[in-house]
Amino acid sequence: MSVAIRWLRRIPTYALLIVCAGALMFPLYVTFIYSLQPIEVFLEGPPSLWPSNPQWDNYFASGGAVQDTSLPRYLLNSTIMAGVITIGQVVTSALAAYAFAFLRFPGRGVLFIVFLATMMVPLEVAVIPNFQTIQWLNWTDTYQGLVAPFLATGFGVFLLRQYFLTIPTELKDAAEIDGHGHLRFLVFVVVPLARGALATLAVFAFLQAWNQYLWPLLVTNDPDMRTVQIGIASETQNLDQINVAFASTLLAFAPMVLLVVAFQRYLVRGLFGGALKG
Amino acid sequence: MTAAARPLTRRLPRGVRQLLVALPFLAPAIVLFGAFVFYPLVKSVYLGFHITDPFGHNETFVGFEQYADVLGSSEFASSLLVTGTFTLYTVVPAIVIGTFLAVLANQRLPGIVVFRTIFSSTLAASVAITSVLWLVLLHPTIGPLNEFLIDRGLADGPLLQDGGWAVGERATAFDLFAAWFVDPNWALISVSVATAWMNIGLFTVIVLAGLQTVPDELYESARVDGAGRWSQFWHVTLPLLSPTLFFASIVGMIFAFQSFGQIDILTDGGPVDATNVILYSLYQESFQNFRFGAGSVQALGLFFILLLLTLLQFRFLAGRVFYRR
Repeated sequence: MSVAIRWLRRIPTYALLIVCAGALMFPLYVTFIYSLQPIEVFLEGPPSLWPSNPQWDNYFASGGAVQDTSLPRYLLNSTIMAGVITIGQVVTSALAAYAFAFLRFPGRGVLFIVFLATMMVPLEVAVIPNFQTIQWLNWTDTYQGLVAPFLATGFGVFLLRQYFLTIPTELKDAAEIDGHGHLRFLVFVVVPLARGALATLAVFAFLQAWNQYLWPLLVTNDPDMRTVQIGIASETQNLDQINVAFASTLLAFAPMVLLVVAFQRYLVRGLFGGALKG
Repeated sequence: MTAAARPLTRRLPRGVRQLLVALPFLAPAIVLFGAFVFYPLVKSVYLGFHITDPFGHNETFVGFEQYADVLGSSEFASSLLVTGTFTLYTVVPAIVIGTFLAVLANQRLPGIVVFRTIFSSTLAASVAITSVLWLVLLHPTIGPLNEFLIDRGLADGPLLQDGGWAVGERATAFDLFAAWFVDPNWALISVSVATAWMNIGLFTVIVLAGLQTVPDELYESARVDGAGRWSQFWHVTLPLLSPTLFFASIVGMIFAFQSFGQIDILTDGGPVDATNVILYSLYQESFQNFRFGAGSVQALGLFFILLLLTLLQFRFLAGRVFYRR
């Protein structure tokens, strides 16, 4: 009885939660419903939001997003770009953070501030000279052009150093370090201990790289080198296949939803620069 | 280091020896920062001193003239105003809604994780995806919003007629006039609504994390004092949440000043510059008009604004971060 009453009391709360979730998801719902419609439907104005005969042709049939558009190629390009950027950031940040956390050398404090200062210069500010550099290197329409400016971040160095500092120095003393030993200590002791911090950085790097728009727009012209963000934006210009473009949009969104759902814990930690125990 | 090399390095001063050990770890990041962060800053200052021909070549030195021209122009003032308005429209509503959702999803209830995930999920949406979703939603001929307004007789205002078609006259073919994004009075609001939707997830995540730091005992003692839900929120949650909300608004402002994709996809900066934020104007100057000098001056202007905001963000983080060694 008391259990039943408790659940009855909760009904308004759940109702509110469901209404809010529905409202927030409404834009996605509309695009999803539209992506299940044949193109003729759109000629008669807005399709019904409760479609009588939804069908998956825009996704998987011939002429659909997966088979007959450039979407697979865009997804491949985005995966390669985001993957290389992620690996690059993790490697360069772990190396630099190691030096700042475990090594003593003259100018360490100043250099760390210089590294931190890079966080104040986002790509948006440096975009013109960087574009010229990539042109000068003949790297337009290449993967190296897409990834080069993002392979190191002050954020990554800062985040990992924060975590590395919590690793007791006694571990290092015990490892009896010489020149080569530092790398071995980093790879076999520090990296396994700092898995969480590395995952935080990796999730952040991948999400940001996958979702970026300005830089890929500038350094790619060849449709074969476009990333999925540029791809879907240009596909919506093609009105004869706008329903297929809706399907592509959701297919480009799906991997990031999975990433955020699976690694939400790490994302929270990253947002606060590692200051929170997530 | 081989055994033969060791005696040689022993003879070097200690500082140099330490540097030789540290440098290989730092070198990749130093090279990348040098090439893609510090060199561009210096180059921007240099470009700002020069004007170029319509093809982006043949630089002529003009000194500070271009800085004064660009930063003093009415166009720059207008793009600052647009960016500021855009920031206000995207940050304030999204923080209010995000806080509401976070407090709602912070209760201990079966299945609440599902709602937390849904409320946070727009964080995963890119500007391109967000733009497509809202392009559909606000589309004049196939979008559900206009249909809803027309069905209720609310849509005979100027906003739809500016889209190039009259109320009651259904367009028969695709008429890519997205009225909400074309009407000068609505374009900035429409782009802001789309962006705010994208930010709601981010702010929900930040506020949810902030709520974890509010001790349960405070709510209990408030309840003992007879405080209702609203009073608990107003007198306990909100004061303790204020540093988090401050942090969230700085993050939101930084994002707003870096906004580009939604403008490019939805409005191209128009109509009549109504949505021409700083970054879009920089893009047009540099990559459509090939005036790299003028673009660089805008980039430096943007740099100083972001510098200020980032320093504020650092101050917040420094208050929380726990340093050892």
